[in-house]
Amino acid sequence: MKSLQTLGRKAWIKAAATVMAASLTLGAGSALAAGGALHAHEPKEGFSSSGVLGTYDQAQLQRGYKVYREVCAACHSMKLISFRNLGEKDGPFYDPKYKNPNENPVVKQIASEFEVPTIDSETGDVITRKATTSDAFPSPFANPEAAAASNGGAVPPDLSVITKARHGGASYVYSLLTGYKAPPAGLKIAEGQHYNPYFPGDLSSAWSGDHKHVPAGGVLAMAPPLSAGQVTFDDGRESTLSNQAADVAAFLEWAGEPKAVLRKKTGVAVLAYLLLFFGLTYASYRMVWRGKH
Amino acid sequence: MSDHPSTYVPKTGFEKWLDSRLPIVRLAYDSFVDYPTPKNLNYWWTFGGILSVCLAIQIITGIILAMHYTPHVDYAFNSVERIMRDVNYGWLIRYVHANGASMFFFAVYIHMLRGLYYGSYKAPREVLWILGCIIFFLMIATAFMGYVLPWGQMSFHGAVVITNLIGSIPLIGGPILTWLQGGFAVDQATLNRFFSLHYLLPFVIAGVVILHIWALHVAGQNNPAGVEIKSKEDTVAFTPYATVKDGVAIIVFLFLFSVFVFFMPNALGHADNYIPANPLVTPAHIVPEWYLLPFYAILRAIPDKFGGVIAMFGSIAVIFALPWLDTSKVKSMRYRPVMRWFFVIFVIVCLGLGWCGAQLPDAQVIPGLPSFTLFDGQLNSYLWLTRLFTIYYFVFFLLIMPWIGLKEEPLPVPASISEAVLAEHNKKKG
Ligand code: HEC
Ligand code: HEM
Repeated sequence: MKSLQTLGRKAWIKAAATVMAASLTLGAGSALAAGGALHAHEPKEGFSSSGVLGTYDQAQLQRGYKVYREVCAACHSMKLISFRNLGEKDGPFYDPKYKNPNENPVVKQIASEFEVPTIDSETGDVITRKATTSDAFPSPFANPEAAAASNGGAVPPDLSVITKARHGGASYVYSLLTGYKAPPAGLKIAEGQHYNPYFPGDLSSAWSGDHKHVPAGGVLAMAPPLSAGQVTFDDGRESTLSNQAADVAAFLEWAGEPKAVLRKKTGVAVLAYLLLFFGLTYASYRMVWRGKH
Repeated sequence: MSDHPSTYVPKTGFEKWLDSRLPIVRLAYDSFVDYPTPKNLNYWWTFGGILSVCLAIQIITGIILAMHYTPHVDYAFNSVERIMRDVNYGWLIRYVHANGASMFFFAVYIHMLRGLYYGSYKAPREVLWILGCIIFFLMIATAFMGYVLPWGQMSFHGAVVITNLIGSIPLIGGPILTWLQGGFAVDQATLNRFFSLHYLLPFVIAGVVILHIWALHVAGQNNPAGVEIKSKEDTVAFTPYATVKDGVAIIVFLFLFSVFVFFMPNALGHADNYIPANPLVTPAHIVPEWYLLPFYAILRAIPDKFGGVIAMFGSIAVIFALPWLDTSKVKSMRYRPVMRWFFVIFVIVCLGLGWCGAQLPDAQVIPGLPSFTLFDGQLNSYLWLTRLFTIYYFVFFLLIMPWIGLKEEPLPVPASISEAVLAEHNKKKG
């Protein structure tokens, strides 16, 4: 193996460095190539829940719930959320006076405004009753078929975990709701479809312009659900499109991860403990190994 | 080591009584207290202990999850979300288990590369190495089936893609596929048996780990110098020396683990798996978890499906054969000036394969670079980059290992571990 050895150490290092540099550029290249939709962004004021120590803004969650209830709930279910969740720690209507959310009067009041199906125990007929705090949010449609029939064939997805089910999370929801635009000339939009540059899709087959510049985004069956002034906020916040979208996105973020605040707080304590424990163990390690190295 | 006499002295009356009936305390003492370990072990040697912690964490969190999980196509997805919402600290248990799998693989890859670099697979540790390979294979099977359980879109379609590979085996593939899926498609029967097997396999792994550690204690640990223990001067007792060092490493590892669990619990997962499984809608881009991407890349590198399956299993099989592929007389690559560069390239290639596994095969590697069609794809595509890496992967084991071992002129190897430690000490002092 003389020939390989005479090549020398430096040459090998150089070769390895070249391979490494090449693989780095490859990585960068594909990041550019990926994704036909615009990158999701936060509202200007940001989300209070983002960041290592971020928490939910309760007033915002309450407004977001209102937007969901008055607008989105007409089409979207949230099957994993029960009324009691609204009154749990870090939730929109949490009240430290009522540790048990089922006793929270606001939550009880909200639940009582809904009707849910049940069976009459005497006759076996399907009837409705007033919802209780333990009931899940009622769904707008009886089944996916009914949902599709009312929405031009597309089923509005359940929103319980939507922020975890899409890249970009709450930012994506915000960008989608505020991002609707008139389609650029040359883009054919089918009946009942709506152009949105943030919705992931491939528009090349509907595009008659320059094939190198296919517009970003895609088309979806949801018409722009929000417009300025649609939901009146009880706390006087201006009802702009952006404000409504930000609030409902924050509410959906909470619904997807109701334990996120507890999780982060626990995390800080765990890391602090591990750091302390590390210091102790490392000191013992130095003591034990003294003179042995 | 086998020739190391037991120094355990039972102290209390009970210990004496037990020792003459079942010397279990003696076994533990000889294995984890008095056991002589090479004194030059570096931090790469702490990953065995880290892996033991990983296995324990997966088993404990897994058993708790199984108490609340429902293996049914209609309820599985929601039962996982229920765990995170309604079970006390269920979010913690689930996120630890999900991220724990990633941490487990992270650790096992380092553990295996450590073995590769320092020649820990060479005589007399061939059986020890093969047991490790069996553990690794079982880990892949366990992780794959575990990922199916939440019954999200990736769970379902990943299971379809991977089980269908079996169907590509000529003649017998079809019947085996039906038998494996428990029907003609991935459905309730598949989910139920995957749950059963996902519960079983970690205990099989635990059994093989016991054999692995038994084999380790017969052959003795290898070490960075790659020379065997010659005298008592070469060793230190497991406790406190190795225990405290492993302890330091385990805490650092748990720190990293916690950063993921508490601050970015879904960063290593795929958003599509939070969409309930829907057989009628296929995700645009089906990818396995990151730790299986290199093997997925090798699978897709071969134009023929069955050929891909053979290459994928072959890429694991060559690791088993490693002890007989390496012809070098020297264990540690510290003293193998040529081989070690091929090792560095090998590590980069493995990372590269992982990267390629996450890309669409037809996508351009360097966007806009003019290219031409070679055989069945553009040269400037992930397909061909993957093929290049795949070729190196196999060439590394099948040609470079045997050939370089014969041709290379190793550097002088220290006569003993003590000498190696002394040399390093002097070098540090300058
Ligand atoms: C008139 C019915 C309707 C209303 C009201 C409505 N949506 Fe939708 N939404 C749909 C339909 C239908 C789809 C499915 C679109 C598709 O896949 O083409 C959808 C899809 C979505 C998606 C998923 C997009 C994706 O990435 O797949 C989100 C997020 C969403 N809606 C949020 C909302 C929010 C938030 C509101 C309330 C502000 C709302 N929607 C109000 C009908 C509605
Ligand atoms: C569940 C997974 C595994 C566990 C819990 C585990 C555990 C351990 C432990 C505790 C040791 C001793 C400490 C050390 O040297 O690091 C060890 C050594 C070893 N393991 Fe593993 N192991 C696992 C998987 C593997 C795999 C997948 C391989 C390789 C294919 C492997 C190969 C080896 C070898 C070769 C040694 C001897 C190391 C030496 O002394 O040089 N192990 N293992």
